[in-house]
Amino acid sequence: MTDAAPLRFHVPEPEFRPGDTPDFSQVAIPKAGSVRRPEVDADPEAIRDLAFSIIRVLNRNGEAVGPWAGLLSDEELATGLRDMMLLRTFDKRMLMAQRQGKTSFYMQHMGEEAVSAAFRKALMPGDMNFPTYRQAGLLIAGGYPMVEMMNQIYSNEADPLKGRQLPVLYSSRDYGFFSLSGNLGTQFVQAVGWAMASAIKGDSKIAVGWIGDGSTAESDFHAALVFASTYKAPVVLNIVNNQWAISTYQGIARGGSGTFAARGLGFGIPALRVDGNDYLAVHAVAKWAAERARRNLGPTLIEHVTYRVGAHSTSDDPSAYRPKAESDAWPLGDPVLRLKNHLIARELWSEERHKQAEAEILDTVIAAQKEAESHGTLHSGGRPSARDMFEGVFAEMPAHLRRQRQDAGV
Amino acid sequence: MPRMSMIEAIRDAMDVAMGRDDDVVVFGEDVGYFGGVFRCTQGLQQKYGKHRCFDTPISELGIVGTAIGMGAYGLKPCVEVQFADYVYPAYDQIVSEAARLRYRSNGQFTCPLVIRMPTGGGIFGGQTHSQSPEALFTHVAGLKTVVPSNPLDAKGLLIAAIEDPDPVIFLEPKRLYNGPFDGHHDRPVTAWSKHPLGEVPAGHYTVPLGKAEVRRAGADVTVLAYGTMVHVAEAAAADTGIDAEIVDLRTLVPYDLDTIAASVRKTGRCVVVHEATLTSGFGAELSALVQETCFYHLEAPVGRVAGWDTPYPHAQEWDYFPGPARVGRALAEAMEA
Repeated sequence: MTDAAPLRFHVPEPEFRPGDTPDFSQVAIPKAGSVRRPEVDADPEAIRDLAFSIIRVLNRNGEAVGPWAGLLSDEELATGLRDMMLLRTFDKRMLMAQRQGKTSFYMQHMGEEAVSAAFRKALMPGDMNFPTYRQAGLLIAGGYPMVEMMNQIYSNEADPLKGRQLPVLYSSRDYGFFSLSGNLGTQFVQAVGWAMASAIKGDSKIAVGWIGDGSTAESDFHAALVFASTYKAPVVLNIVNNQWAISTYQGIARGGSGTFAARGLGFGIPALRVDGNDYLAVHAVAKWAAERARRNLGPTLIEHVTYRVGAHSTSDDPSAYRPKAESDAWPLGDPVLRLKNHLIARELWSEERHKQAEAEILDTVIAAQKEAESHGTLHSGGRPSARDMFEGVFAEMPAHLRRQRQDAGV
Repeated sequence: MPRMSMIEAIRDAMDVAMGRDDDVVVFGEDVGYFGGVFRCTQGLQQKYGKHRCFDTPISELGIVGTAIGMGAYGLKPCVEVQFADYVYPAYDQIVSEAARLRYRSNGQFTCPLVIRMPTGGGIFGGQTHSQSPEALFTHVAGLKTVVPSNPLDAKGLLIAAIEDPDPVIFLEPKRLYNGPFDGHHDRPVTAWSKHPLGEVPAGHYTVPLGKAEVRRAGADVTVLAYGTMVHVAEAAAADTGIDAEIVDLRTLVPYDLDTIAASVRKTGRCVVVHEATLTSGFGAELSALVQETCFYHLEAPVGRVAGWDTPYPHAQEWDYFPGPARVGRALAEAMEA
């Protein structure tokens, strides 16, 4: 017998549901510039606090402040803004194309543009990303042709993946973008393996893993951390915490842990939280982690604190599970607007130039779209052949597949 | 010619492959310093260094997941899963990732990877050291599945698997590691050193994937078998006096339909034998292939002998194991039909 009260089952709930007025004033947001920048060879034990803070560079006045500021030239900052604007415009056009029935499915980045666009600029040729479906900024900022992305989204006759993959599950070895699986979390541990291989061969390339807040619950995440820790793999492991895994708020995957970054501490992996809506902060932290990897100091875990402003995908309706105004209330602001304001504050940019750039970017995206559509869209025009379906299962087609192709009459 | 057990032949295959190609790496649980619980990797770490042969955390998902990343980088990992019964945590990595990487990336990324696993029963290993999960892999597009039945083949097939550009599941019947077990568990075990297939050439050679071998020529009935069951079928033929033609498939996917069909058209009868559970086993595929390609030559229904559809038991090992008596009865039934 016990005098304890009956056991109670606990299911965490987000603070706000549809109809509530979101209020994030209790979310602790450290001042920009307030978090220290340790040396890259700092003892992981001595920087455990960075897993519970948020590294930020851009303040409310659009100034870049603190020890993580000052890494990017004026030109690089302008390029960063353009990359994010390009990604946002690309998303708008492709969402529209999906609604027009030109493809089956799309996933946008609204609010998260800085994470992948800024991170890409910290990498070197030959490095390899193992991305999720919300890091197309790696391709855009890496200079991958937009028209190729659209060909893939349309599954048309020019699709580099021959119509085999769902839209946005891109692949480009040459641009350091590993084939996107679509299964969640599986590629986090593959990034570690790729990095281990680079170390085994005495190479200089590093790997970058990507995972969402929800998918950190997968076993793959934990296997990745233990292998990265054991073998000190030259890998940067990114958690993009955009607060929502479809309809499930981040607390369901995070459980009793204070932050997602804190998951790294038990593995002895340096873990940092960064303001994912701050282009300069993401880039600075990415540089720090990439340098650690390249200098044989081992893995780093980064939690990018951001917010998924848009729906999870074109098959999702966020109004069914969160307040409509929640994204406006989110305290870290809009990454495009924040970098724009920074450039304006430094007199490198103006409202006028911004409008002009928006128009130019729209023209560029529309031109790419026209070119892609000349090769067909999902249900009309040129498409990959049915014969292609049988190719590439193995390096050489075995007899049973040859017979099946004959049966299919293609 | 050197005489080797299946363990020695498998170890020699990895030794040869590692010696010829610096990109071949070997890792898994206990495989490094100790050389594996079955000793298949003994000496490889000493010879090739810790960066080419090393121990891993107990995470089959991690072993296969990192191996996929390494394969994509350009290495040729040959990893060990300690028992096939332990592969399930890695199943998603195998099915959703390794098997499809070439296809979904249109060849930009590939996954030359061998996953070695001891398989099958006969060692009183209970549910967790006895399973034969080959059908879980043969059902997956993009995987090759190999099951050797003797040291000579094991070495040649493993070298071929390591040199293959695609992922290969390499199932090693653990009851055959030290000798050609024929299912007569109450008789003394012979060693591979006394068996002609224990004569294994030194150095490099391959046995091509996708080619079956007629292990015993015969006129009465075709037996389609692989791994331990090849030896059980030989015992059943000897015990019954039925002139069975025993086809050792060696590779399940891609399968050698030409050799299978030629034999069944000759004998007009067919019995399929495997240790794995019956329902949806690879024998069902073989049986379907035989009736599709040899229907007008068949004089009897295609028979199947397999493990019962129960978990693999401990005390009842020899009631469960499809031994020579059961195979012999199936041969007799095929002859009577």
